[in-house]
Amino acid sequence: MSLIALLFSFGFVIFSFFLSHAFKLGLGRDLIITGIRATIQLLVVGYILNTVFGFENPLAMILMLLVMVFVATINAAKRGKGLPRIFWKIFLTISIVEIITQGFLLGLQIVPATPQYTISISGMIIGNSMVIASLFLNRLKAELEMRKEEVVLVLSLGGSVKQSIYPILKQSIRSSLIPTIEGQRTIGLVQLPGMMTGQIIAGADPVEAVRFQLLIVFMILFAAVLTAIILGFLIYPELFNKKQQLDISAW
Amino acid sequence: MTTEIEFINVSKTYLNQQEVVNVLKGVSGKVEKGEIVTIIGPSGSGKSTILSLCNLLLTPDEGEVWIQGKDVGDWDIQTLRRQVGIAFQGAPMLTGTVQENLSLPKRLQGKTLENPKKYMEYVGLTEDLLLRQAKELSGGQRQRLSLARTLVNDPAILLLDEVTSALDSLSAHEVEELILRINRERQTTILWVTHDQSQAERVGDQTWLVIEGRIVEAAPTKQFFVKPKQEQTKQFLEMRREYK
Repeated sequence: MSLIALLFSFGFVIFSFFLSHAFKLGLGRDLIITGIRATIQLLVVGYILNTVFGFENPLAMILMLLVMVFVATINAAKRGKGLPRIFWKIFLTISIVEIITQGFLLGLQIVPATPQYTISISGMIIGNSMVIASLFLNRLKAELEMRKEEVVLVLSLGGSVKQSIYPILKQSIRSSLIPTIEGQRTIGLVQLPGMMTGQIIAGADPVEAVRFQLLIVFMILFAAVLTAIILGFLIYPELFNKKQQLDISAW
Repeated sequence: MTTEIEFINVSKTYLNQQEVVNVLKGVSGKVEKGEIVTIIGPSGSGKSTILSLCNLLLTPDEGEVWIQGKDVGDWDIQTLRRQVGIAFQGAPMLTGTVQENLSLPKRLQGKTLENPKKYMEYVGLTEDLLLRQAKELSGGQRQRLSLARTLVNDPAILLLDEVTSALDSLSAHEVEELILRINRERQTTILWVTHDQSQAERVGDQTWLVIEGRIVEAAPTKQFFVKPKQEQTKQFLEMRREYK
C-alpha cells in the first residue's frame, strides 16, 4: 500500500469529522485526534518492529516484550487504583500468561521462534490480558459494592478470608470472560477476524489463514481464562487487612 | 459473676471522604456472663461499632477489648468469631436454600450440619421451609433463620444489631421472645443494640446510652429508665417519649 493510498484513506476520518459537525454530535475533535494518534502510534510501532525484527539478539526481543507488558500494566492498573501493589500484581499476571502461552507455542514448535511471530502473537496475548484484567477489576469492584454484607456475614460466622470472597471472585472471573467467549461465538459468521483478513489480503491461502486464526482463538481463550484466575487469586488477599477485615476503603 | 466482655478506654475513627470521624471516644464498660446489655442512642452515635469490636469485624484504634478474659487481639480470629456470634439488622442471606444458609457455619469448617430440624424447631420455623430459597422468606422468618444460623456455632456471646427494627410488631415480639429464651436456656451473654426504648427497658439487665461516641450513662435497666442520673440521659429519654 503506497503512502498516497494511505493518505487518501485518511479521508474516512475527514468525512466522519464533517458528518459529526453536520449532525452536531460533538465528536469532531475526538475523531481527528484518534485518527492522528492511531497513525503516529502504528507508524512508530511499525518502524520499531522493523528495527527489532532486524536484530539477531534475543535480548532486544525480550526488551520489546517487557515494554509491551509494562504499558499494558499501566493501562489496566488504572482500574485498581488504591489497591496495594496492584501494579506488580497485574505485571506478574500478564507476564505469567505471556510466558506460559508463548512457552506452549514455542515449546511445541507450533510457531517458529522468530521475532516476527513472537512479537506479533505476544501483542495479541498481552493486549487481551490487559483487557481481561481491566474487566475483572471493574467487575470485582462492582460485585464488592453490591455484596459487601455477604463477605462480612461469612467472616462473622468464622469463615476464612478466602471463603468469604470466593463467590464474588468466581462471579467476577466469569463476568470478565463473557465478552471474550461471546466474541468468539460469531467469529467468521458476522465478521472475519482482523488477522485473518490481513493475511488473506496479503495473498495468503484462506485455509492457511484460517488455521492461524484458529490458533489465535484458542490462545486468546486460554490467555483470558488464565489472566482472570491468576489476577483474582493474587488480588483477593489485598482486599483484607491482617485482622481478616474487609478493607476496600482506598479503592 | 465473671466478666465476658470488657471495653477499656476504646476509641475508633473512620476516614469518611478524607474526613476523620471519631466514632468512639474512650468507651469503657463491662458485660457480665449471662447478662443482657441493651445499647441505645441516636443514629450514628457508634452503637454498631461497639458490637463490631467484640468479634474483630473492626479493630479499635486505641484501648482494649477483652472477651472472656483475653484481649481480642490474642484470640484466633475464627475461634473468636464463632464464640462471639452476631445477627445483623437485615438478616442477610446467601443465595441458596434455607438449609444451605443454616448449615453455612458448619460448611465453613468443612463439616456437615447433622440436625437442621432441631435448629429450625428451636427458632420456631417449620421443617418444610428447609428447601425454600432463603431470600424468599419473610422478614421475621429471615431474622429467625439468621439467629438459628448464628446458634449453629454455639456462641457464648451474641451481638444483636437492631434485629427487630425492620419487622412488624408481631414478628418483632416473637423474635424478642426467642432471644430471651436463648439467653435463659443457654446462658448466652447478649449485647443488644436497639432504637426501641421500650424494648431496651423490657429485655435489658443493664442499659448503656451512647451519644456521639461516648457512653453517657450505664446503669441497671430499671434504674436507667426510672431514675437516670445524667442530665443528657433524662433529655434523651424525654425527647423520645415526646416524639412517641
